[in-house]
Amino acid sequence: MANTEATAIKTQPKQTQAGSERVHTWPGLVAKEFLCALLFLVVILLYSYYVDAPLRELANPGEPENPAKAPWYFLGLQEALVYFDPWFAGVVLPTFIIIGLMVLPYIDINPQGSGYYTFKERKFAVTVFCFGFLFWYVLILIGVYCRGPFWAWFWPWEQWTLAFPTPPPLWSLSTPVGALLLLAYFGLGMWLPTRIWKDFYQRLGIIRYSITVFLLLTMIGTILKIGLRLGLNIKYVLQTPWINI
Amino acid sequence: MLPYLKEISGKITQSEIWKSVFRHGYEDTPRNRVLQILSNIWLHIHPATINKNSINISFTWCLGGLTFFVFLFETLTGVLLMFYYTPDVNKAYADMLDLSNNAAPFGRLLRNTHRWAGHAMVITVCFHMLRVFLTGSYKAPRQFNWAVGVVLLVLTLLLSFTGYLLPWDQLGYWAITVGTNMAGNTPLVGYQGPFAQPLGFTIDNDIRFALLGGTSIQAPALLRAYVWHCIALPSLAGGLMMLHFWRTRKDGFSGRL
Repeated sequence: MANTEATAIKTQPKQTQAGSERVHTWPGLVAKEFLCALLFLVVILLYSYYVDAPLRELANPGEPENPAKAPWYFLGLQEALVYFDPWFAGVVLPTFIIIGLMVLPYIDINPQGSGYYTFKERKFAVTVFCFGFLFWYVLILIGVYCRGPFWAWFWPWEQWTLAFPTPPPLWSLSTPVGALLLLAYFGLGMWLPTRIWKDFYQRLGIIRYSITVFLLLTMIGTILKIGLRLGLNIKYVLQTPWINI
Repeated sequence: MLPYLKEISGKITQSEIWKSVFRHGYEDTPRNRVLQILSNIWLHIHPATINKNSINISFTWCLGGLTFFVFLFETLTGVLLMFYYTPDVNKAYADMLDLSNNAAPFGRLLRNTHRWAGHAMVITVCFHMLRVFLTGSYKAPRQFNWAVGVVLLVLTLLLSFTGYLLPWDQLGYWAITVGTNMAGNTPLVGYQGPFAQPLGFTIDNDIRFALLGGTSIQAPALLRAYVWHCIALPSLAGGLMMLHFWRTRKDGFSGRL
């Protein structure tokens, strides 16, 4: 009798956390992993059976593809090439994205919303991240489906031709105006929130605040520049002998 | 079961050889459930018991595990492809055609699955990141593991990117041209980038040159892409995955308690 009781107690996994329900990993988790893996195998084998991986003609250095497109996951950056010089679009912007992602847990010190889905408790963080994530994929979709020869815009249902209208001429802001504008954008962008959202600034502290706002301003600035280029045909906001933005 | 079969199977499972390999029975007992995990080299990456909320499909969508599984799948199909593929500009494309025409057994399926699963891995790793973000699972004490995860995301993109050149077709050749031209514009160390000229970087000694092993995409670039794709990047990613999983265990699983 005592033996049976001992077994009955042992049937339940040890409760280590008050109120948390613990289950055996075997089969609770392992079975799910196995099913997911199996499902993936079925899907990938079926897809690969019916759809061939692309293979074009033999590589020919003398005959450039038009358009030459990077792999789809880099097309957001290639799309950014329309609006920025390659040193920014191809190198500095992705570096900011990578560093921004890596420091994210250190600048988001909101203790709420750890371990469950919530929008209410983390409105700022979720909005900014989801917007960036979405923006990245929108640029990719444009690059994949809407860009034709010479990177001209074609809707997916349009035939690619070389007879697209000549794009309007571009112009750039003069250096002093551009420099002032950029300074004002970053200066006010850094300063104003400390006045308007004093609480936000004080909670984060100067270092976390500066990093957060700088990354945010860079993201918004990238989009504003795209707007300036599309709306006002501005090629560069800032021209210097070394870099153009 | 027939009595003599039962006797034979009993004899086998009680033998010294059997017991030296299989340490516990398969009856569904709590003890065996725990041993199933603890005494198995592949499964002991898991804890023996786990918080129920951490393993809800609607919490994790199994995306991290799936990404790792796709990585293993890519390793397996990649090694099989290495038996047939030669990273030589005169042979690579012909090897691709051979694979596509099933000159090697299951060649077409092998190549297709490797290619599509590579794309799938980029997608699963991106959505794994989104999931971890939305559940706030990177919050203390898991900050560092998130940073490791970001590096793994970048390595996944680079793994896929280096594989792109290997078929040596027009698609890969010009995609890699676009990509490596961007590298040539890196500030300070790319020959076309800002501030690189005063530092003495030219087309034949900058970062792009180091990636391509030349000033344009030729045989050395193909070999470099191959070595990065098959050896360097998978090793790096594998090492970081060990760290990533180990930290997941040590920092504890997220999920509302």
